[in-house]
Amino acid sequence: MLQLVLFNVFNGLIVGAFYALMALGLSLILNLSGVINFAHGGFLALGAYIAYSLMPLVGFWGALLVAPLLTAVLGLAVERVLIRRVYGRDPLYSLLLTFGLAYILEDLARYIWGAQSVPYPIPEALARPLSTQFFFLTGYRLFMVALVALAVAALFFVLGRTRLGMRIRAGTLDLETVSALGVNVRVLRNLNFGLGIYLAGLAGVLAAGMLGLQPTIGTSLIMPSFVAIVVGGLGSLPGTLLGGLLIGVASGLATVFMPSASEAIIYVMMGLVLLVRPRGLLGEEGRLK
Amino acid sequence: MTRLQQLGPTALVWLVLLTMPFWINAIGGYTELASRVVVMALAATALNFLLGYTGTLSFGHAAYFGLGAYGVGMTLKYLVPSTTLGMLIGVVVGTVAAAVIGALIVRLRGVYFAMVTIAFGQVFYFIAFRWNTVTGGDDGLTGWQRQPIDLAGIRLDIQHHDVAFYYLALACFAASVGAMALLLNSPFGRTLQAIRENERRARFLGIAVERHIWLSFVISCAFVSLAGTLYALLNNFTDPRALRWDLSGNFVIMAVLGGMRSFWGPLIGAAVFVVLQDYVSSHTENWMSIVGLIFVLVVLFFPRGVLGLLQRRGPA
Repeated sequence: MLQLVLFNVFNGLIVGAFYALMALGLSLILNLSGVINFAHGGFLALGAYIAYSLMPLVGFWGALLVAPLLTAVLGLAVERVLIRRVYGRDPLYSLLLTFGLAYILEDLARYIWGAQSVPYPIPEALARPLSTQFFFLTGYRLFMVALVALAVAALFFVLGRTRLGMRIRAGTLDLETVSALGVNVRVLRNLNFGLGIYLAGLAGVLAAGMLGLQPTIGTSLIMPSFVAIVVGGLGSLPGTLLGGLLIGVASGLATVFMPSASEAIIYVMMGLVLLVRPRGLLGEEGRLK
Repeated sequence: MTRLQQLGPTALVWLVLLTMPFWINAIGGYTELASRVVVMALAATALNFLLGYTGTLSFGHAAYFGLGAYGVGMTLKYLVPSTTLGMLIGVVVGTVAAAVIGALIVRLRGVYFAMVTIAFGQVFYFIAFRWNTVTGGDDGLTGWQRQPIDLAGIRLDIQHHDVAFYYLALACFAASVGAMALLLNSPFGRTLQAIRENERRARFLGIAVERHIWLSFVISCAFVSLAGTLYALLNNFTDPRALRWDLSGNFVIMAVLGGMRSFWGPLIGAAVFVVLQDYVSSHTENWMSIVGLIFVLVVLFFPRGVLGLLQRRGPA
């Protein structure tokens, strides 16, 4: 029993790490540009498929390095051509635009790589269990947790210590003033979008090795990411991280005790948080609008 | 616009709707398609009560649509073979769920409201998806059929006559849009529009903004669940896709495509969308891309919808 609980908590932690990685990207874009990027899941899937296609050429590690970058470049282009046009308009339009994009990206993945799930091989060295008693502690799982932790640390470093990050944070608080101070807001939003998409691509590459790769991989991860943002607190990146991990673990625990509720439980958590603390666990006051 | 000027288009709309079963086959459609247009038009009009007239963006209306669908399906399958009772239960279930969830979310606005509505919609999707023994899971709820309706000694055989079912759907549509039009022209409806135009000002005038938005949400969801019951009856079937987020998005695009600032806009949008989807999905496997493209094109080029294009400065 203990083993089962530990297994599912650990599993939940990993899935929660995916949610968090994805939700952080969503949060970045939402906070600076006021756009909920429904197509985030589509970019995630695209990142995974790009890695899948690159793997025969550059190997697992090369794909892990290159695919998220390529996805980010794609994100930069999409922002320039499409997303940019809906900034400052009624949020309805950004939702509809990214909604349509999500449809197109999912269909594109299906068209190019097929509707069936494809196997995503991981290196032999990472696939072995590290301990016979805790069979679930494979190298790949530990590696994923470490890599997500590293990515999150890098993100917070970029936001906290670099010029770009400071501008993003400042823009989140007051974009107009940042613009008046001579920062090119168009470029800032573009780079910020690319950064968010990079995280989605990275989450996609990692998730493919664990969950298998199919065109709907993105849509199955995006809803929990919304929940992570709401639970963690609107406008707060540490909150988003916390929210993602929390709902991951909760869903893992539910798998042990009531498997049929393993998906529904995170929405129940969201309801509870909204009831008790509408701004979310670490959310700032006045971010609800 | 004077009353007389308004009467023309309205009369035309009803003329087209009332005669649709007689000419839809001639132009390459079929009766079921006509019914689907009316049902989706009801859903889109109901959503627009919230979206266009209260200015609140819900991306989760499929949840209540699906609850209505499962409500009627499960009543007919497990409880009593009565279409009217099933519809009543379906609407009640959808409305109660909307009342509870609405109370949780009325304090959120804009994108956050949209995000939470869509996330909450997924609860019911997963319940329907997972609770195999009762809901049929992914395969959907089968093994039931709509039953003839006995009304004051007259038997309306919607079970075997598709045209009869069309007129039932149209009657529900007429009653619902009539009720919504009345509400929108009442002081309550004017208040909703005031909130849409300037929420802060409405609040300063002493209007209970949250309660009004909550009421508008519940009313809108009640009519959407009615549309859901009709949709399930139309197909004699329902599955978790009737609850899923992509359907919510489709409702929104129908309203916007037709023109969300005009009362008949959602009807036009629903007709265009349903017919187009029917045509595209029978001609190509990649209909998702086409539908996605419609979303993108509408946002970029027709943000005010078909009717917005026609009436340059239309009344709200």
